[in-house]
Amino acid sequence: MTITKKYPRNLLRKDAILAAIGAYRDRFFSWLIPVGAFLLSLAILSIVIAVAKVSPLVAYGALMRGAFGNQHAIATTLIHATVLIFAGLGIAVAFRSGVWNVGAEGQILIGGLTSAVVGIYVKGLPIYVHLPLCLASGFVGGSLWGGLAGFLLAKYRVNEIITTLMMNYIAMYFVGWLIRGPIRDPGGSDVQTFMILPSATLPIIYPGTNLHAGIIVALLTAVLIYVLMFRTSIGYQLRAVGINVHASRYSGMRIHLVQVSAMLISGGLAGLGGAAEILGAQYRLRDYFLSNYGFDAIAVAMLGQLHPIGLVLSGILFGGLKTGAATMQRMTNLPSSLIYLLQGTVVIFVVSATILQTMSARSLSRREERRNERRAPE
Amino acid sequence: MTNAVGFENIIKRFLGVVANDDISLAIPRNEIHSLLGENGSGKTTLMNILYGLYRLDSGRIYVDEQPVQINSPQEAIAHGIGMVHQHFMLVPVYTVAENIILGQRLKREPLLDLSSAEQSISDISRSYGLGVDPRAEVSQLSVGEQQRVEIVKALYRNAKILILDEPTSVLTPSEADELFVVLRRLKEEGRTIIFITHKLKEVMNIADRVTVLRGGRVVDTVSAKDVNEASLVRMMVGREVFFQVDKSIARPRGVALELDNVSVSNDKGKLALKNVSFVVEKGEIIGMAGVDGNGQVELEETILGLRTVDSGDVRICNQSTLKLRPDEIIKRGVASIPSDRERTGIIGAFTISENLLLKGWNDPRFSNHTFLDLKKIREYSENLMQDYDIRAPRSSTVVGHLSGGNKQKAVLARELASKPIVLVACQPTRGLDVGATEYIRQRILLERDRGAAVLLISADLDEILALSDRIMVLFNGEIMGSVDSDHINMEEIALMMTGWRAKDLENHESVNVAFRGNSL
Repeated sequence: MTITKKYPRNLLRKDAILAAIGAYRDRFFSWLIPVGAFLLSLAILSIVIAVAKVSPLVAYGALMRGAFGNQHAIATTLIHATVLIFAGLGIAVAFRSGVWNVGAEGQILIGGLTSAVVGIYVKGLPIYVHLPLCLASGFVGGSLWGGLAGFLLAKYRVNEIITTLMMNYIAMYFVGWLIRGPIRDPGGSDVQTFMILPSATLPIIYPGTNLHAGIIVALLTAVLIYVLMFRTSIGYQLRAVGINVHASRYSGMRIHLVQVSAMLISGGLAGLGGAAEILGAQYRLRDYFLSNYGFDAIAVAMLGQLHPIGLVLSGILFGGLKTGAATMQRMTNLPSSLIYLLQGTVVIFVVSATILQTMSARSLSRREERRNERRAPE
Repeated sequence: MTNAVGFENIIKRFLGVVANDDISLAIPRNEIHSLLGENGSGKTTLMNILYGLYRLDSGRIYVDEQPVQINSPQEAIAHGIGMVHQHFMLVPVYTVAENIILGQRLKREPLLDLSSAEQSISDISRSYGLGVDPRAEVSQLSVGEQQRVEIVKALYRNAKILILDEPTSVLTPSEADELFVVLRRLKEEGRTIIFITHKLKEVMNIADRVTVLRGGRVVDTVSAKDVNEASLVRMMVGREVFFQVDKSIARPRGVALELDNVSVSNDKGKLALKNVSFVVEKGEIIGMAGVDGNGQVELEETILGLRTVDSGDVRICNQSTLKLRPDEIIKRGVASIPSDRERTGIIGAFTISENLLLKGWNDPRFSNHTFLDLKKIREYSENLMQDYDIRAPRSSTVVGHLSGGNKQKAVLARELASKPIVLVACQPTRGLDVGATEYIRQRILLERDRGAAVLLISADLDEILALSDRIMVLFNGEIMGSVDSDHINMEEIALMMTGWRAKDLENHESVNVAFRGNSL
């Protein structure tokens, strides 16, 4: 026995129009917010630059040239972008799962550490074994580092913002101590470790520059994460828990497992970022070798709207900023740290826009009962 | 006789839908006026315009025969208009007094002098018999008490015109009666009351006049004396609606769900269920009547494995579920329509497909353990949308954009598609209009005929009586009685909902006298 009634077609059309408008609006905003936030931030930075009696156009020109002006610039930009993309992917996965991982900084460090140790001390392996092994170690290191915070969150409800944040410092000083002591290269002029073996090195992909294969791995990883989040059941669960943990619980999802998995994946991705930098660019661990990438990556992730495509673009953009800043400083005497001003305002604008969007969506849904009255009667 | 409120040619549009389509209406002073209509009729929109929450597109509003412009609730309050919403606007961690003075200027600003406010609140509360304690913390109050706080809030601001939006949807029958007493007293004092509802019995009970809205337009305004429920319904929907559902005789075959002396604590540590025992057999509908706050949510959670019992046992098909996880219990064939649709029933930001997948992401049909088969999921979703009459353009529509009825049908589709053995339906038609309600009730009956064991937890007595084979009443965490649905009437259920036990109903004569003329 079917109960379906035939309802007039025009009602469906009204529903269709409303839903289509909703969909277009969502898609429009997902591009408008990052682009708008960035342009607004550029505008604000221009004011600061102008106050310093420098022409913003000159400053931005120097920035652009420093970032993309020649092949060496582009190479450096992409090298920076590599770390940012990896860490940004990690942060995006965590944030989408409702887990606020702000420990990318530490996870990058630990990933760099584990990959370096395997790269330095594991001898006798050919490159096609050693290199993947080192990358994997980088992932595992970051993963465990993040996973610890995830476990504390799942089992004991310890706030992950606090744990991941503090573990950044633990990682910093732990790695710093190791570099000064147990794994130090006594012959070196700086406080540093031995070099990684050639079999652990990421090959240069553009001869004549420093551009290493890490960027390729990063792009492939971005594709992988896209598939993970949107085409697998794991990604489905991560997203469900991130949006609505209550409904997820009701449908039988094991929230604790999901949260721990989110941190494991997230930390691992950040760790890969550290590994890529060591294995491709630096070839050894040095103190302060990866400062601030972890926090920059949060800005990258937010600007990229937590989406792999956005993340890649955003990562390249911020990588360019980092590279171009030095040129800008050389040519205009403006301190290179000005780009952090840009970064900060970008984050503020993106977050504000997202909050406004969520607020309007939530007040729309809280008035759902009343909204029902506005729809054509069923 | 002056009019307290007048609407003249009010038009209000949203995104392509005309919510109020040229509405003109006058409500005289000192009247209890009911706005009656299905969901989508425009009644709440109109009142939101009056209260300044929405701005009208065209038309005029008159308060006390003067044209006014109301651009915000502040302005509405200044005109003496107060509103008690369906979803209360109270801060749970504040006391009653702290809530009531929100947004008001106090005498000794910037000092927070609550004592004079508390005094006023006590006075108001006493003169209307509202029993509100200004020092109580709102989160500790029952839903009925919170509503009374909202009323005191309006009275504190000198509301001469009081708007109530579906006020009895969260009250017990006796609390509803008490509310009506309060409303009548307010009317005697000269206030005007506008009462939004879709419950016909209330309209017949308390309203002086009724305005029926349909599709954004006024159908008619009548005096309550001149109509009966049938004629009101005809005005509301324009077609004959049959309240009685065609129900075949139940043929119970075997216990599917059993609660054995279960005691469960709520989040605050108090006992929410006390030694509850009952069975639900396959092929029957057990109606668990009771108003929110008597243990229904905890009962729902216990059966689904989301809350641990303090003592007792829960069995599905004779196997204890105490040690099972929620997903394991679901796998045993338990489905649920949760009472809180927006929060636990759907994920608003997800598409219809993704919501329908909430029960089956692990199912080998849709995923080979890792990868989701998007094509199959889409086909599955489209089939379900057909079967369950979920009205949306496509399966990739975001569920949050759907209306309440369609959302509930999506929940239904997801839960019933797995052909469950046990269905726990909690407040399944709350907030839905007549069309969707009919559909869902029919569907629940179908499940029962298919052989599922249905536990219907609902505060809607019409629904309980229409659908249940056996009726139980949950009050204060205890089962007040279990009676065959043929052997009981609404008054008796209502009594049990206020604490009478089934055996005490044997003093039937006196009960009938008390309820005569006060039908719910």
